Amino acid sequence: MNEKVKELQIIATQIRIDIIQMLVQAGSGHSGGSLSCADILACLYFSIMRHNPKDPHWKERDRFILSKGHACPALYAALAEAGYFKKEELLTLRKLNSILQGHPDMNKTPGVEFSSGSLGQGFAAAFGMALGYKLDKNPGRIFVLLGDGECQEGIVWETAMGASHYGLDNLTAILDYNNLQIDGKVSEIMEIAPIAEKFRAFGWTTYEIDGHDIEQILWALSPERIVEGKPTMVIARTVKGKGVSFMENEVDWHGKAPSPQEAERALAELYKQLEELKGNGRADS
Amino acid sequence: MGEQILKSTRRAYGEALVELGERNERIVVLDADLSKSTYTNLFAKKFPNRFFNMGISECKMISCAAGLATTGKIPFASSFAVFAAGRAWEMVRLSVGYTNLNVKIAASHAGISVGEDGPTHHCAEDIALMRVIPNMTVLVPADATETKKAVFASAEWQGPVYIRLGRPDIPIIFDDSYDFQIGKAYVLKEGKDVSILACGLMVWQALQALELLEKEGIEAELVNVSTIKPLDEETILRSLSKTRCAVSAEEHNIIGGLGSAVAELITEKLPIPLERVGVKDRFAESGPWKELLKKYGLTPEDIKQAALRAIERKEKGGLK
Ligand SMILES: Cc1ncc(C[n+]2csc(CCOP(=O)(O)OP(=O)(O)O)c2C)c(N)n1
Ligand SMILES: [Mg+2]
Repeated sequence: MNEKVKELQIIATQIRIDIIQMLVQAGSGHSGGSLSCADILACLYFSIMRHNPKDPHWKERDRFILSKGHACPALYAALAEAGYFKKEELLTLRKLNSILQGHPDMNKTPGVEFSSGSLGQGFAAAFGMALGYKLDKNPGRIFVLLGDGECQEGIVWETAMGASHYGLDNLTAILDYNNLQIDGKVSEIMEIAPIAEKFRAFGWTTYEIDGHDIEQILWALSPERIVEGKPTMVIARTVKGKGVSFMENEVDWHGKAPSPQEAERALAELYKQLEELKGNGRADS
Repeated sequence: MGEQILKSTRRAYGEALVELGERNERIVVLDADLSKSTYTNLFAKKFPNRFFNMGISECKMISCAAGLATTGKIPFASSFAVFAAGRAWEMVRLSVGYTNLNVKIAASHAGISVGEDGPTHHCAEDIALMRVIPNMTVLVPADATETKKAVFASAEWQGPVYIRLGRPDIPIIFDDSYDFQIGKAYVLKEGKDVSILACGLMVWQALQALELLEKEGIEAELVNVSTIKPLDEETILRSLSKTRCAVSAEEHNIIGGLGSAVAELITEKLPIPLERVGVKDRFAESGPWKELLKKYGLTPEDIKQAALRAIERKEKGGLK
């Protein structure tokens, strides 16, 4: 396993540790969907994206929009890790006067590109950003992360149609396909499959990957995967609650924060994973 | 007031739906992936074939409920207020308001007492949004008891109804003998110096404000305006013609809600000083709900100060 992959695994695990620490401190928030996208965020902020934490408004930066805004603990952890703000801020999540709102706020948090939390809107805003970049001949890429439940919103399909109509090959969407929403399994509440076929029918290039496999994520998000004149959809198969055994695939961990005891158990597991990664050069695979 | 039993209005709604479902086969319930938060899951468990989870799609849910109503069903559609009244507004206007169909929209997580989820999930605009739609009846129950009665009354009422529900556990004010009717405001305590017109959880805040005012020797009258539309002009005007000044108190933007409805009424029929307590046309933030009520001016003390200002203006002849 190469060094870069291991480094990203370590960052992803650190993001998961931060998520648990933030949520237990806040006493509320979304555990499952934050943990499920940690590997994707690690790859974006620490390998794929061209961005500058010291200059968050750099004109030609790549942008990331968290359309599934409730997973913002993962985003805040990645931003802090990247240096957009001090890590101490993480522990103010959801408290009065914090720069870290319960859902992303572009006017309060450095590095947050768009205010989201009402599902679907971030995707359409990302579409607008990609249009703006095209008009300006800006070489930056726009990345946006969607939930699978989120794809039940009509605006997602209105946007899918719009982005391909305008040939926005600077737009890459990633679907956090964990097959859980709040009320149950996505496949039981309101089926979205076959999702790749749907996006292809809407004119997108699609890739299906394991959303916890760093090499696959890097491969799918690489500029080489872009097909000229088409937006890209990366369907990432994920496990909600990934990394914490008792949260994995458990619907009840969607909108719940761990108690101090649960956090202790979760952190013990995550620190063990971190140690294994740091300890030997051949962790996992 | 002593020890209080606490219950959220959203939970009372969920429980009332189950009772309704038993009594009336025509009741059907729709939700958009928030059934555990709106408590429609209680109905879903009991009557799975009369419950429809729409997935995360509030706009479709509202128009679908309207379609169900055309087949003689009595649909109750639920989500958070910001999505049911906000995101799906134009569907509510046309599919429910314009058609004048028998659809009930019960929206929880209204106001800012949603707390930590923050402004994206707060909703201090829904009373305004719903009240401006012709044919719409707008109810804001003050506690669990009134909620239950409002849900039953809505099922009997022919036509669109919006029921505003809250997230937090709040004191139960009324016992079962409380008589609720759509379109009626209730004088909870009589007084002569100032009328406090409140709705939702601000009724509880106002009850506490009465005690604060009493200590200052002021006898305030408290009116629970649980029907915002149609407004009970008679009860409100009777109170105001006695006290000659008023405070409105709502967990809503001071623009467009109860305070505005009262202002519209009094400018036409009885111009007297009115002070509005509510969210002062700004977005709130994430935080524990009680801290938010404090920071955004929705405490008993805020009501008291507004009452003192109203009385002062009355004594000076109505001008500030
Ligand atoms: C428009 C809108 N409707 C409802 C909600 C409430 N809500 C928050 S998260 C969620 C479920 C999201 O499921 P999914 O997109 O699959 O996210 P994940 O599993 O990654 O957490 C819902 C219904 C919302 N935030 N926005
Ligand atoms: Mg999901």
